[in-house]
Formats: sequence, C-alpha cells, structure tokens
Amino acid sequence: MTDRTYQRLDPQQAAERVKASINLRKRKETRFLWLGKTAVAIALGFLVLLFAGILSKGIPGLFQYYVTLDVRLDARQLDPSGQMTVESLAGGDFDGAILTSLYEALGNPEGRKEKREARRLISSGSSQRLMNYVLDNPEQLESMVSIQFAVDDDVDTFLRGLISRETPEADRRISDQLIGYIDALEAEGRISYEISDYLFFGSASRDAEMAGIRGALVGSILTLLVCIVIAFPLGVATAVYLEEMAPKNRLTEIIEININNLAAVPSVVFGIMGLAIFIVAFGMPRSIPLVGGIVLALMTLPTIIISSRAAIRAVPPSIRDAALGVGASKMQTIMHHVLPLAMPGMLTGTIIGMAQALGETAPLLMIGMVAFIVDVPGGVTDPGTVLPVQIFMWADFAERMFVQKTSAAIIVLLAFLISMNAAAILLRKKLERRW
Amino acid sequence: MVQNTNQVEGRAVPEKTLGEIQVDNPRMSARNVNVFYGEKQAIDNISLDIGMSQVISFIGPSGCGKSTFLRCLNRMNDTIDICKVDGEIKIDHQNIYDPAIDVVSLRARVGMVFQKPNPFPKSIFDNIAYGPRIHGLAASKVELDQIVESSLQRAGLWEEVKDRLDQPGTGLSGGQQQRLCIARAIAVSPEVILMDEPCSALDPIATAKVEELIHELREQYTIVIVTHSMQQAARISDRTAYFHLGKLVEVGDTKQVFTNPRHELTQDYITGRFG
Repeated sequence: MTDRTYQRLDPQQAAERVKASINLRKRKETRFLWLGKTAVAIALGFLVLLFAGILSKGIPGLFQYYVTLDVRLDARQLDPSGQMTVESLAGGDFDGAILTSLYEALGNPEGRKEKREARRLISSGSSQRLMNYVLDNPEQLESMVSIQFAVDDDVDTFLRGLISRETPEADRRISDQLIGYIDALEAEGRISYEISDYLFFGSASRDAEMAGIRGALVGSILTLLVCIVIAFPLGVATAVYLEEMAPKNRLTEIIEININNLAAVPSVVFGIMGLAIFIVAFGMPRSIPLVGGIVLALMTLPTIIISSRAAIRAVPPSIRDAALGVGASKMQTIMHHVLPLAMPGMLTGTIIGMAQALGETAPLLMIGMVAFIVDVPGGVTDPGTVLPVQIFMWADFAERMFVQKTSAAIIVLLAFLISMNAAAILLRKKLERRW
Repeated sequence: MVQNTNQVEGRAVPEKTLGEIQVDNPRMSARNVNVFYGEKQAIDNISLDIGMSQVISFIGPSGCGKSTFLRCLNRMNDTIDICKVDGEIKIDHQNIYDPAIDVVSLRARVGMVFQKPNPFPKSIFDNIAYGPRIHGLAASKVELDQIVESSLQRAGLWEEVKDRLDQPGTGLSGGQQQRLCIARAIAVSPEVILMDEPCSALDPIATAKVEELIHELREQYTIVIVTHSMQQAARISDRTAYFHLGKLVEVGDTKQVFTNPRHELTQDYITGRFG
C-alpha cells in the first residue's frame, strides 16, 4: 500500500519532525514518571498512616497500671497445712492477706460500702499472683514484701484518662469513693505504669486487665508448624512432578488449571471442608492446632506450588543440559542442580503462604478454634486458639481496656509476621549466595 | 514444504550422500537416521560412521540439522518431548536407541560440551568431581583428587586454577569456563566427546586454546564437533561432513572436502557464497 506520489523528506524537514516528536515523547515520559512517583507516595502515605494508627493505639496497650502493696506473708494464713504445694496453698486465704494490706494502704476504711469500693480497686487475679509469688519464693514466708498487683480494668481506664471526673457519678463505671482511693494511692506513689506482664504471659481471660496472648501465640506457632510440615514438602514435590516429570496431556492441564483455581478459593471454604472432613468424618477433636494446621496447609498449597513451579522454570536449561551431559539421571539432575537453584524462589513462595496462613481467621472459626481456652496448648492436639482469632474475639468484648489489648495483640501479630519475613529474607540471601 | 526449499540457486540436494560414509574402524555408526520435531522433519535419512580416535566436524548453514544429529549421538534429544528419532545409531555395535540401553551409561561414554559454557554454580573442584561422583568412578578421596587434577591438566586449565579449586566455576573467564566444561566431560573418561559449537562464544585467543586442546585430545578420544567456522573445521578435523536442509550432502577427508568438494552446494558453502 505504498503511496507512489510520496516524496522523500529532505534531511532538514526530517530533523524538524524528529525534534517535534522528541518533545512529545519527553512530555509523555515525564508524565509517566510523575504518575509513578505519585502512586508510590500515596502507597507510602497509607502505610505510614496504618502504622501510625496501629502503633499509637497499640503501644499504650503494651503497658498497664499496677498498684504496689506491702503484703504480710503469714504462713498460717496462706498455707494452713504447711506443705507448700499447689493443693495446700489452695486452702490459704490469699484474698484476705491482700485485702488487709490494701485497707492498710488506704488508711483502714470502715463500713461495708467503703470496703466494697476498695475491693473494686484491684484485679480479681491478684490472689493467684500472690500464690505464685509464694510458690516461687517460699523463703520469704513470715516477712513483709512489696508486690505489684494489676489494678482493675475500670480503674486502669480511669487512670488513662478515658473516664472523666466531670461525668456524673451515676453515668460512669467507678464511684467518687473509688476515685478518692485512687488519688490517695497515687499520692503515696503506689500506682505505677509498666509493661504489662499479663499481656505476654497471661492467657485468655474475661477480665481485661489479666487477658494475655501467650496461649494464642503458642497456638499460632503450633498451627504454623503443622502447616509448614505438611504444605512445604507436598507443595515442592507437586511442583517438581508437574514441572519435570508429568507428561503434558489433558489430565495434567486440568490439574494445573485447578491448582490455579484453588489459589482463588475463599479461605472460609477450606474451613468448611476441614469441618466436614476432619472433624465430622474423621472425628478429630475441635479447636486443635493439628486440624487448623492441616486446613491452612491445604489453603497455602496452591501458593507454594505455583511459586515453586515458577522457580523451577527459572533454572536455566543449560544447567540441566550440563548435568544430563555428564550422565546424571533425571532424578539426579533435579535433586543436585534444579532444586538447589530453585530453592530461594520456593522459600519465598512458602513464606508468602505462611504469612497468609498466620493472618487467617475465617477457616479457623469454622473448625472451632474460636473457643475460649485458658490453658496454653502443650502440643498440636491440645485445644488452642491463634493470634488473629484472639484479636477477633477481643475486638468483640465490651470492656474499654480490650481496645488497647486488641491493638497490642495486633502489634505482636505484625512483629511475628515481620520477623518471619526477615528470617525468610536472610535464609534466601544465604542460599542465593551460591554465586 | 521441504520440496520447495530443496533447491538453492537451482542446485538440488542429492538423494544420496556423496563421499565415504563408512570408515574402517568406526566407533559409532549411524544408519538411516530420521528425526522429527512433531510434524517437521529435521533429519532426513542420514547414515554416517564416526571413526575411532578421529576428529570429525559437522558444517553447514544454520538450521541444517547438524546440531540435531549431534544430539542424537548421546540421546540428548530425549529431553525434548516432541522429538522422535528413528533409524539406528550404534556405539561399538550396540544400538543406543535400544530400550535395554541405559541412557545414563551412554552419556558417560559419550560426553558433551555445549555452545555456551555452562559450568555448574559450584566450585571448580565440584564441577569436575560431579561426574566421577555420580558414576562412582573414584574409590577414595585421593583418587577423586587425582581425577580432578588430571582432568584439569588435560584441559590445560590446571596451572591457572590449581590455587583456587574452591572458587566458583562461574567466576572464570569465558574461555576458561569452556575448558572447565571440557575437563568436566573428560573426567568421566568417555570414549566420544560431542562438541556443539564450543568456540562460538569465545574470543580468538580462547578459541585457539580450545582448538589446541582438541588437537591434543584426539589421540585418546573420538571427537565430533559442530562448527560454523570453516577455518576451524579445516584446522582441527580429520573428516568433514556437510549438512544441508536436514540431509548429509557430502562427507570425506577434510582436505578433500575443502580442496575438491564433490557437490556444488559444498563448494558454494565453503567458498562463502551462502550460509
């Protein structure tokens, strides 16, 4: 379709046209560059906003208020049978000992109403704390010790300034009398604001000041362990088989398409499947990390398989040729050359999968890991819960202090995630160092 | 489709190979070999003997099937799913496409050096030691050390790398890498070494070194080399085979092929009229 009347441009004209087109091109490039920069800036802005929000809410949640009381450890009161065992201590009157010292610190209030208000000051878990203290330090019996007890969650909320003195007494959760006591203790320097030991070492509790994430953290670790032990070998083996050994026919094509589809299945569906198969059909117990791990493994398998296959495909064919050329069998070529070279990519995929699994809530709700479990799971068959589910539960509780606890747990979850990713990056760097 | 392109400037590719396809003392011999990539025929009825302790070079324009034929000789074409080979290729009177033949042991007897140097991403020592290790050639660590040293010495690389055997093989220069690959091939003591354009990625000095090496290796090994350089074929080979459009046009003593080619196509190619 050449136009026969076309005249060739003379060099001058051509140069002018080129110049005009260059300007246009440059403008386009600049515009594109700015678009990119703006996109990155917006993304970074949201990230900063997100982190600022989480940290500003969550960091106060890592701390809580404690009241220091001087408790007299009277052996006859605390350990009436004198055996110093958990059983014998259960018969001791720890509450009495604590209340005596609390009343003392408040100038021995008289009257039932005053005493009742005073009792509302400290956490109901205080007697347990004192018992643990005695068990750990039996030599200090019969002496006077200063121990920090957590304050009740309403008092904590008041101390944070979230309950105003100006609110009419009838509308707030703590009375004028109690506020008076708090002021007195503060004046004596008995109230302190410290890193919350309940948060890190405590387990699930309805009392906000005693609620902790230890059980959920251990549950998360156990669940992820089960998940990686199942998903990684299975995923890598599937990827190697599909990529290196499977004949290319309709059947493998269907399998391939379905694996890709599986990656897009909503996670809650895996939960329903886990419920139907493992719990209903196989009769496995509810709420255990083993079932949770298996369900999450099924969910992360497609991610691992897809990224592993990509990693295997990225190994240069010349390396396979070299190995086959010196007489390595197919299996040896895969094990000695392809897998080591593909390993960093496979690990990346696995870590992405694990990160997904760590943050997953919905499928675990289906298999009952949402139960209220106080004990820390000791193994994969003990009932437990996981961090995101714990966060989900806390977010649902009404007490004001759970807001901070929830944010603090989110920080812990993020820290877990970041350290997992960091470990993966280090591992990858180490493996990739093979020139 | 083959019929249409069968003619180059009016010259037909002969139905039968010109020259002597047979030799007195063959190490390998191919008879009526056809190779198909799916529907497309890449090798058309080629018969050729490869003489013991000889260097034979395959020349011809791109896409003429010389590399495909070379890769048939140690069944490297097996890795391509759609590739089908028929005919007969024998090594010491044994058909290598016999189902009873173990392809792993075949490749230990027929080694290969590739166009692009492809050392393993491992140390120089491990590059050489890999073959002997998987075939169980070395009875002890000392013996393995000896195999590595002698292989590197034969490849003329020992003096250059003896102080850094633990360094990565990929850190060597291109020419050194290719000699490392040759050392890796001879470490398993093959009978035949196939070389697929071993110098095409190398500069003239490295090329000269590799050619010198081939010259020394010919005494002990049978070498088949595919090359695009006519000068190289003329310098290093005893026999030369000219391929064209999947057919073996002509084969004979290198001197005769280059000075007195039997076919016009060969004549045109070696004088640089096409290709």
